Formats: sequence, C-alpha cells, structure tokens
Amino acid sequence: MEKRKKLPPFKILSTTAILGYGFPESSFKKGLSKKPDLIAADAGSTDPGPYYLGSGKSFTNRTAVKRDLRLMIKAGVERNIPVIIGSAGGSGARPHLEWCLDIVRDIAREENLHFKLGIAEADIPKETVLTALKNGQVSSLPFVPPLTPAVVEESENIVAQMGVEPFIKLLEAGAQVIVAGRSYDPAVFAALPIWRGYDPGLALHLGKILECAAIAATPGSGSDCAFGTLTEDSFILEALSSERKFTPESAAAHTLYEKSDPYHLPGPGGSIDLTGCKFEDLGQGRVRVSGSRFIPTDGYWLKLEAVRLAGYRSISVAGVRDPIMIDQIDDILKAVEVRVRDILGKDSEGSQIYFHVYGKNGVMGELEPVKKTRSHELGIVIEVVAPTQAEADAVLALTRSALLHYGYEGRIATAGNLAFPFSPSDVAMGKVYEFSIYHLMEVSDPAFFPVRIEEL
Amino acid sequence: MKTKGKRSIMKVARVIRSKNSGPYELTLDIMFKDRRYYELFKKKKLITADKIAALYGVDKAAVLKIIYFEPSQAIKVTLKRKIPSGTPGDTDIYGAQQHAPLLNIKF
Repeated sequence: MEKRKKLPPFKILSTTAILGYGFPESSFKKGLSKKPDLIAADAGSTDPGPYYLGSGKSFTNRTAVKRDLRLMIKAGVERNIPVIIGSAGGSGARPHLEWCLDIVRDIAREENLHFKLGIAEADIPKETVLTALKNGQVSSLPFVPPLTPAVVEESENIVAQMGVEPFIKLLEAGAQVIVAGRSYDPAVFAALPIWRGYDPGLALHLGKILECAAIAATPGSGSDCAFGTLTEDSFILEALSSERKFTPESAAAHTLYEKSDPYHLPGPGGSIDLTGCKFEDLGQGRVRVSGSRFIPTDGYWLKLEAVRLAGYRSISVAGVRDPIMIDQIDDILKAVEVRVRDILGKDSEGSQIYFHVYGKNGVMGELEPVKKTRSHELGIVIEVVAPTQAEADAVLALTRSALLHYGYEGRIATAGNLAFPFSPSDVAMGKVYEFSIYHLMEVSDPAFFPVRIEEL
Repeated sequence: MKTKGKRSIMKVARVIRSKNSGPYELTLDIMFKDRRYYELFKKKKLITADKIAALYGVDKAAVLKIIYFEPSQAIKVTLKRKIPSGTPGDTDIYGAQQHAPLLNIKF
C-alpha cells in the first residue's frame, strides 16, 4: 500500500473576533510574517438581538469593517493567501451580505485589486422550511416553541448557518476571497483545511477558538489577532502581540463561553466532542490542543434563524429622587398603567407598557432576588411597544405625562414626579423584532446554499 | 456576611459570569481558582438545580443542565431565559449581567 503523504502544518491567521472590531496592524503583520495558509474572520452573532437580522442592518460600523477588510484582502490577494469571511454584515441575510460585498468591491476598486470573489448566500426560502416542516425535518432546540407554518409565514430574513461545504465548493471553483452569508462560526477557518484532508474535529475545534480571535488568549481581547497551526494530530494556538498569550486555562475557558455544554459543541452535520480533549502548555504563550473529535449526526442538520415584527417602540428616560415616591414605586407604576388604559380604552389594547426601573430591578426584572430597593434615586425607562409607531407614541406620551403628575399617597413634591435629562423626552425607536425561528432543519445536500463567483 | 463559619463562593471562584447561549438560554459559569474547590463542589454537589432555581426564583424545570468541566475547573449551569433575547420586556439582550445571585452562594 502506498504510504500517504504527511500533511504539512496548516497555518491560520484570525484577525478579529468580529469583522469591524479591529486589530492592531503590528499583530497582523506578525501573523503575515509566519506565512499563513488562510486569513479569516467571522463577522456575525445573534448576540446583539433580533433587530439586526430583521432590519437588514449591520451591528458593526461600515468604516470599521472596511478598514479591517482592506488590510485582510490586500494582504491576501497580494500574497495569494485565501481570505474568508462568514456571517457577512453580522446577521448574514441577503441585505447584510450585499452590504459587505459592496465594501469588498469598493476596496478592490480603490486598491486596484483583481481577484475571484466567491459568494455564498444563507437565505432559506419559506417554501423550503414549510416543506421540511411537513416532512418532519424540523426540530426544536431546548426552550424554543415548536415551529408552525404560521410562524414561518410571519418570519422575515430566514437564514441557516452554513457548514464548510459551500465554502469548499467556492474554493474548488478557485475563489480567492470568499464572503458568505450566515455561517457556522468555525466554518470559515475549517473549510480549507478540511478540504485539504485535515481532521474535521481538530479543524472545527480550532475554528471554534479562532472565531473569537484573541478573546481566548489572556488577557483576552476581541480586537486582536490570533494564530493557529493545524497538524494531523493536534493544533497550536498563539497570540500575536506581546501583551497577551494563550494558556491551557485561557483556551479551555473559551470552550465554555456562550455555550450550554462545553464537551459537545453541535454544529452543521455533527458535533465536536471534547471529552478526550487535552490542552498542553508549550511555553512562550503557546498551547497545544489534541483529542477533539468530530462526531457526525444521523442526517445533516442546519440551524435556522429568523425574526418577525413584534411592533413599534417608543421610549422615555427619566429619574426619580423623591424618597416618598421611591418607597411606593411599584404601586405607582401599576396605578399609572391602569389610568392610561382607562383613558385610552380600546386605543391602548394592542400596546404593551414596560417600566424598566434602574436602581430597583431594571437589570434582572423578575429574576431579581432583591425585592426592596435601597437606592436613593431610580432611573426609569418607560417603554411602549404597539402595532404602529403612532400608537406607540400616543401611549408613551400619555404614560409619561400620567407618571409625571400622578398624585401618589403622601406626595409633597407637587410640581412633577420625574427628572427628564432630555428634551424631547420621548424617542420613537421604530420597528421591534423578536426571534421567531431558532430551529434545526435536516437537508440532504449540505452544499445546497446558492454560490457564485464574481470576477473583480 | 459570615454565617456559621460558611465561606462565600467569591473567595474560591476566579470567574462568575452569565451570558446568552443563543437567544433562548442563559448560561452561568463558575470557574474556581483552585482545583481543590472545584473537586469539593463537584463531590458534595453544592450546585444543584434546586439551589439555582431558588436563587433565581424560577421553576426547577427552567434549569436545563449542570455540567462540570474539568479543563477549566468550572461548573456551567444553563437556564431558560424568561423571554428570548430582545423580545419586548427583555432587560438584558446579551444576558451578561444575570450572574449576581450566584455571588451569594455560601459553602
């Protein structure tokens, strides 16, 4: 039998935790001097909440994203190193992807760079989800209500986190720079090495750490590069600035971050099993990780994400310093809502009124174990969510004025109950979205995401 | 506040934090300074679903899992969010400031 050729070390330069969070040029240059085989960054998260997916807007700033991308693309194209970006524009639906592609085209023009741009779309048509639902190919994640056809119909910007397969398809087609819609974070780092024959468990685990760049180092930073070297049986992590280093503790601790089970990290097509994983200190701020395994699932499941419109929001911010009022704050707020609903009647039926009372339970709400505030002042955000902006504005205005002049028990400060820091006091915040789909969907072809090549 | 010689978890934990694990879950991490205390908490089962449910005033069914993670000398607890991140009525989109009740654990 012919002896298989040993794979050379595969080196990955991860620039930043989220594209647009920035990185020092010195770290980037140091990474380039190590001759990476891949420059990549993840651009997305659901962390900033449902608004960004629904509105089609990026939670990162265009100037900042352009700065990061310019450095990455210029270095990559000039040195013939593939550059891969996933979850473009933060949420990775079509408007986010187009936003990011527009920046890439700008850079190519400005820098006179010519390359094959690979594009992968993550949008999933409603019909695809409805068919999967009918065929029993949709399953709920913990605490997520079962999906119904009605919810699919109400949802906007349905995306799925793509795995490595669409990236590999684009690499096969000769893409030098890839910009993809919503992606499984590790896929941008793992696709190329998996395509070249490296172990998927190690490649994906390395990707899982590199997607947060230097956050997994100590001291952690979301705005600095990290470097990974993948071999056949392990991978090595190192930081690229003298300020920070990787330690077995920092690398292992990162495995806990934002996930519910650090031993089993589920993703498209399977999960990374870390039960046999070892983190070893190699000195000089380097850590070797081994033993991570990829366990394919029965069938290939993708995670779907979508949101629906929940209404329109208006808010007002005010402070309270009166101790007599603070003492009765819960009763006062309840009474104000009753009064508002009494005055508006049917006109307030579709509206939800929330009082975020900082200094009391503004941060934890019902979960707050301290029931009685000892604060000498309270900050109140009055929030109204209604079916239209006009209704939200109207209910907020009345709630604000009712609270301002409410005659509570024992009141001696009769000129007004609220200190407003701003004029105008009321802000119309526009559309409010909520997550509606956060489910798994089974697909027969993991590379079914539409891909294309654009020559720049 | 010391009660009957009991110690605060803050003396032995290096990290106590909360964060979303997706929009529907809140995950709590306790990392110990010393393996000794990690082993003690693990052996004596000092963190239980009942205890977490009581600290947060939620139903026990809202506690999804408690996992001991050797490589970090850490305990991870995952809870159901009261409402999904960003749904009207939410108070902490990232879930990053929901850890304070854990600071009251005594052992």
